[in-house]
Amino acid sequence: MIARVLAVAAAEIHIARRNLWVLMATVIMTLFALALTFAGAAPTGALGVDLLTVSVASMTTLSVYLAPLLALMMSFDAIAGESERGGLALLLTYPVSRGEILFGKFLAHIGTIALAMVVGFGAAGIAAALSGGAGTESILALLRLIGTSILLGAVFLALGYALSAAVSSPTAAAGLAAGLWLVFVVLYDLGLLGAVVYDNDGFFTRNVFPWLLVLNPADAFRLWNVSASENVALANGMTGVAGALPAWSAPTSLIVWPLAAFLLARQVFRRVQP
Amino acid sequence: MTEHKNPSETGDALIVDGLCKRHGRVQTLENVSLALKPGERMALLGHNGAGKTTLMKLILGLWSPSAGQISVAGAVPGSSEARRASAYLPEAVAFHRALTGREQLTLFARLAGAPVKSVDGLLERVGVADAADRRIGTWSKGMRQRLGLAQVLLGKPRIALLDEPTSGLDPISRHDLYAIIDEMAQHGTAVLIASHALTEVEARTDRIAIMRKGRVVADDTLARLSARAELPIRLKLTAQNDDASEVHARLGGKRINGASVELLCSPENKMERLAHIAALGDLVVDVEMAPPSLEDLYRHYSGEDRT
Repeated sequence: MIARVLAVAAAEIHIARRNLWVLMATVIMTLFALALTFAGAAPTGALGVDLLTVSVASMTTLSVYLAPLLALMMSFDAIAGESERGGLALLLTYPVSRGEILFGKFLAHIGTIALAMVVGFGAAGIAAALSGGAGTESILALLRLIGTSILLGAVFLALGYALSAAVSSPTAAAGLAAGLWLVFVVLYDLGLLGAVVYDNDGFFTRNVFPWLLVLNPADAFRLWNVSASENVALANGMTGVAGALPAWSAPTSLIVWPLAAFLLARQVFRRVQP
Repeated sequence: MTEHKNPSETGDALIVDGLCKRHGRVQTLENVSLALKPGERMALLGHNGAGKTTLMKLILGLWSPSAGQISVAGAVPGSSEARRASAYLPEAVAFHRALTGREQLTLFARLAGAPVKSVDGLLERVGVADAADRRIGTWSKGMRQRLGLAQVLLGKPRIALLDEPTSGLDPISRHDLYAIIDEMAQHGTAVLIASHALTEVEARTDRIAIMRKGRVVADDTLARLSARAELPIRLKLTAQNDDASEVHARLGGKRINGASVELLCSPENKMERLAHIAALGDLVVDVEMAPPSLEDLYRHYSGEDRT
């Protein structure tokens, strides 16, 4: 089983290596991370924290947008693309299970995302540490940011596979992927924000809203990074919500999401008749 | 794959029995039965929509049948034993554009459990070794088809299912393709070829099955199918001075153009008919004789000439 998973992963790594989108996304992320780091040099004095802390806070916001985008760009084509080319039927006549195919693709894609995160955030982190100083806590925050970004990527990889298996054409899958990104990263928060404003600090805002927030993997990612480090929270302005939830809630959400999404993707893929 | 024989290796490579497939209310396969022995090459002929591809997908376990049984080298379609025993070439196969030929074939070799070392030899065998390290996106359709054939040869399958293998190939490539099919058959692989290229299939297969509207309407050797169909021989006469009126008046038949007449006669009346023609002397300058072709047979069995 391992051999077959690795065989699929090896082929996918070749594909990801030649995927211009992936290269561009990594370069853009590195540039953004560097730009944010140096733009963040101003408020350090006001908040009394080192430059790396401010940089991690800005990069957390960056990653909420970019990690899901990068993941969906790689995964939307995973099954719909093969299906349209007619390669899926052939692949499925080989003695390899659908779970193995999916997991092989996942390994390659998550490896690519991990590389992009380490390169992008690592470069910005090193730059921040060299020019503005860094402490044990801020270095931990950077490592946490990289780790949670990879988890966030894993969620959207798996969700991307699920929608790629659910539709028959890569174009439809791309459209759905864009919609998915918009809902999780932008619209969900906007909706909650509207509800909070309407509720005017009532029961919903204090008891329901934090849980709804942590249910969304993108927000769980933000909360985890914020609640784990007071300084990051300070720089991010999210102390209020982070304080209202138990410490385990955000990590649980961000660890359960990739597993659940992967199982969903496998279930949808099993129903595909090539 | 190994030399020792287990019970399933001595039996039929493929048995299809009473197979039915319904898509909603449409019956795409109806009571289809077939059997292929090891090393047998069978042509599967039929119009588009006759059920050839459906039959292949059921044999491969990609779809499940509505009724009936299939045995692939003694195993259930879709099981790992059946998948290991079978190879498939889809119609107009396409691979990922970003992979090179070698990478794609290496993936298949590793999935099939075949030695990765065999990849170079196979790329050579199908004639794409020169392009092996270029991306498949830059390959011609014929080259991709050859790569598709290379993956069929991986792991010495017990049965190979080829869906329109010659589509998009030039004549020389077709010749190579059939040479490879012959070689597979010699090594004991049963080969099922769905094809429209009737004339090639004629010389290159042991048996012919004709499908029509989801049923197998004929399944026999070419010689026996011809005998049973009792199709007439065609005689085409070219008249002297490009004037066929006289010949037509004396022999009957059908005028094709101003200069030629076509006659049909049964095999046993052939000599008698030729004697009549010879008796016309100088009136006829040429005679062409055509025995019933596979195309005629195909028309006969697929019901195109009886409406």
